[in-house]
Amino acid sequence: MAEPGKIDPMYQFEVQPIAHLFDIAGLPVMLTNSAVWMLVTGLALWLFMLGGMKQQLVPGRWQVAVESLTGFISSMLTQNIGPEGRKYTPYVFSLFMFILFANLLGLLPLGLIGISPFTITSHLAFTGILALVSFSIVLVVGFWRHGLHFFSLFVPHGTPLPMIPVIAPIEFVSFMVRPFSLGLRLFVAMTAGHVLLKVLAGFVINASNAGVGYGLTVGLASFVLMVGISALEILVAGIQAYVFALLTSLYINDAENLH
Amino acid sequence: MDAEAAKMIGAGLAAVGAGLASLGVGNVFAKFLEGALRNPAAADGQQGRLFIGFAAAELLGLLAFVVAMILLFVV
Repeated sequence: MAEPGKIDPMYQFEVQPIAHLFDIAGLPVMLTNSAVWMLVTGLALWLFMLGGMKQQLVPGRWQVAVESLTGFISSMLTQNIGPEGRKYTPYVFSLFMFILFANLLGLLPLGLIGISPFTITSHLAFTGILALVSFSIVLVVGFWRHGLHFFSLFVPHGTPLPMIPVIAPIEFVSFMVRPFSLGLRLFVAMTAGHVLLKVLAGFVINASNAGVGYGLTVGLASFVLMVGISALEILVAGIQAYVFALLTSLYINDAENLH
Repeated sequence: MDAEAAKMIGAGLAAVGAGLASLGVGNVFAKFLEGALRNPAAADGQQGRLFIGFAAAELLGLLAFVVAMILLFVV
């Protein structure tokens, strides 16, 4: 797509093999930059939790940070699902923290020291799997607790009888679209933000190359905008992780309590 | 009009959808703030609903972005 001399904003999303691990049925299994960043995210999350789970009587700052996050998620679950929502805290908390760490690590300006950061949440393959896991939990919990009565989810309480043939297909479609919209939202929000940042970075570089006049007008304005957008992206990273966890808890609520 | 030009125009038109979704997202937060200033005591309990509304409005703008990206890089 990009001609030489142009800055390609899509290059940052390319999955590149780093090392050849082993073969499965003749197909090579590679260690990619995506896998490396997943491991880095997991490691960062593990270290963060390790530092805060000392359970001191008088908590330090780190412990307060971890405990306020766990408290935030468990209160969100009790608020949305009710008292039986607490048993989903481990899953929703891991989901929230992993997405949050993945989003934030992808935003780190590591290009300054020559490492190109890779945002794993900017790939549908990753977010789609997370969404499918959430959706499978909803299905398993729903059928486990309510059996075939779970299908009454498609007929909201109090629907007039003549309306059922209309409402039920609409509810069914809106239920089946959930994993797609859940995965797509996170993936597109992260992709769009990173493309925007790289396009603006391209403006800065090309304007600076074109001369001092362009560099001071177009380049500087783009750079200031980039700083602002970076701050916005940190906000979006948090909001998208929160929205993913929130919608997961709402869907689990449907499975637990029907509606 | 050749296919390449039509693709570019289509991707540009998809930006209209993204812009309209920005109106929607702004509306969600504006109405929330309006209500929250009238009854600040009830505002904190409704933040979950605020973000559900935000997510629903935002998704449609993101879909417009997906359409543009598909037109530019996939088709």
